[in-house]
Amino acid sequence: MLEIKNLHVKLEEEDKQILKGVDLTVEKGKVHAIMGPNGSGKSTLSYVLSGRDGYEVTDGAASLEGLDLLEAEPEERAAAGLFLAFQYPVEIPGVGNMTFLRTALNAQRKARGEEEISAGDFLKLVREKAKSLKIDADMLKRPVNVGFSGGEKKRNEILQMAILEPKMCILDETDSGLDVDAMRLVADGVNALRDEGRSFLVITHYQRLLDHIKPDVVHIMADGRIIETGGPELALEVEKNGYADLLAKHGISEVMA
Amino acid sequence: MSAVEKMTPAETRLARLTLPEGFAPARRAALERLTAMGLPGRRDEYWRWSNPTDFIAPEPPAAAPFQDDEPDLFAEIDRLNIVFRDGVFDAQASDDLSMSGVEILRLAEAGDVNWASSLYGTLEADGQTPVKRPFAALNTATATDGVLIRVTGAAEKPVSLVYLHEDESSDPVLHHLVKLEEGAEITILENGPAGARFNMLMEVDVAKDARFHHIRVQGRDHERRAVTGIFTRVAEGALFKSFTLTSNGILTRNECVIDIVGDDANAHVAGAALGDGKTGAFHHDDTVFITHDAERCESRQVFKKVLKNGAQGVFQGKILVKSGAQKTDGYQISQSLLLDEDSQFLAKPELEIYADDVQCSHGSTTGAIDETALFYLRSRGVPYEEATALLVLSFLADAIEEIEEERFRDAILTRLEGWLSRHRG
Repeated sequence: MLEIKNLHVKLEEEDKQILKGVDLTVEKGKVHAIMGPNGSGKSTLSYVLSGRDGYEVTDGAASLEGLDLLEAEPEERAAAGLFLAFQYPVEIPGVGNMTFLRTALNAQRKARGEEEISAGDFLKLVREKAKSLKIDADMLKRPVNVGFSGGEKKRNEILQMAILEPKMCILDETDSGLDVDAMRLVADGVNALRDEGRSFLVITHYQRLLDHIKPDVVHIMADGRIIETGGPELALEVEKNGYADLLAKHGISEVMA
Repeated sequence: MSAVEKMTPAETRLARLTLPEGFAPARRAALERLTAMGLPGRRDEYWRWSNPTDFIAPEPPAAAPFQDDEPDLFAEIDRLNIVFRDGVFDAQASDDLSMSGVEILRLAEAGDVNWASSLYGTLEADGQTPVKRPFAALNTATATDGVLIRVTGAAEKPVSLVYLHEDESSDPVLHHLVKLEEGAEITILENGPAGARFNMLMEVDVAKDARFHHIRVQGRDHERRAVTGIFTRVAEGALFKSFTLTSNGILTRNECVIDIVGDDANAHVAGAALGDGKTGAFHHDDTVFITHDAERCESRQVFKKVLKNGAQGVFQGKILVKSGAQKTDGYQISQSLLLDEDSQFLAKPELEIYADDVQCSHGSTTGAIDETALFYLRSRGVPYEEATALLVLSFLADAIEEIEEERFRDAILTRLEGWLSRHRG
């Protein structure tokens, strides 16, 4: 599904290398998690894959089912099935959440040569998906993310995911700022979307999200690279011992990481 | 060299002015005011950023009528239509002027109707201090047509002023009077290209507990040169609301002079302007002056401009709170969204406060499209152009929200979306 090879990325505005050779393959239907200390490059990886400005790819490649991601516009990547759940979802005053969802869905359909969804079918679809995420009619009517609590914003991200039905979902620290109940709601939403045709890349600091979204593979990222890959037990190990031992094993000082 | 050749364009213009019949004392007084103050020059404080030359010229610069095959913007709305073709009332194209709760007369035929005679030119004259407004005085003196509307109850439906432009050198000067009696309510709609050069003045007298709504659309005619003035007096417990959508236009100057004279009154004036220098020069100027002279009144000014390809926007807005106007709540915001580096926004927000228990704020910002929001939309599959258009609508939302009724908001949004789809890239 997602294939990343030797990805090197630096910030455009300053000469700072963030990713120093990331190799990662996420197979169809699998859930991969990336853990790592602050500044290891996790969020940068998610932004580069989804096409945010401000980064320069100096080497390597990334593809989604054969589509060269790095050459495609962000909207082309989305239409091809890539979805990034933002760590900090953006507020857009004056644009109703429903309008936003419908515009996005129809834009993707159009890009794929499919017919636009009718107003009635769309309403039915949103109502059904919103209900399971406990998103009420008021949240759908309000401007995108404006006045939403932290938990509401994250649930709104998952709602978008449920409606757009991407093939490859990247969750960038979706658990940050959530209490236990909110996290469970979000995790349930994600789990409901797990499917043999859909893959996930779950980026997180903490193991606790992975109690709810059980990964198939866990990667540890530090200093712009993936330094360790294993099963769910790797996340538990990090939870117990912290990153220090792993970093030391790979000769990375904690300051660098 | 003859004496005529030595005259400046302003002198020539003034020398050629003739006063039509009706409201003779008011017209003579206005001409005297105008002669005393003269036509403006670039040195005048409130004309530094907008060049009045085209408004002063003895003859209007030619302007090609805009070929428009789209239906009237408010076509879906049940309204009483009053049509002016190049500034001349068109009875055939207009609806019957009778409506319950409202008395409507044509300025050119009204003669000296009592209620109109005591109002014509008075709000304009009051609005000449402390800032001179020469084109408004010129209008009172020389206006050849317009409507006189007296509202005694709740108007059955909106009165819609529709302007048509067919003559490339027409120079209409229209003067409208709207007098709302106690507790009355009306909505006035205004749209369409009016002429090659247009001078419009509307005097609105809002009596106790009356409610006035004004929704105006200036657009389509790229070669428009228009100077407009709305002068209003708002009495106790009354409401004045005016919203203008402007797109295109070589030179548009919209002045609004509001005098709040009764306690617990509200006055809201808002505008959304869209300019794209690629389809012709664009210069848009909103100049507002709100005087609070009563207690517990609220005023709002919300002006937004979207500018690209060398378009220019100007905002000059003032709130004056007189010494007795305690508990005043005055709010002013002017913002521009510059879609490139060639466009320009100039703003002059002013507050002058003589009362000690008031709440007044003003803000002015200039910015570009929010890159994070743009990326967020694109990451959901919305293409760049469409995402930009959504963010433009998002930027304008606060101004559009000032329109109270949804059906008018929807009509405005339709026009906005149309403009945005025609001006991509």
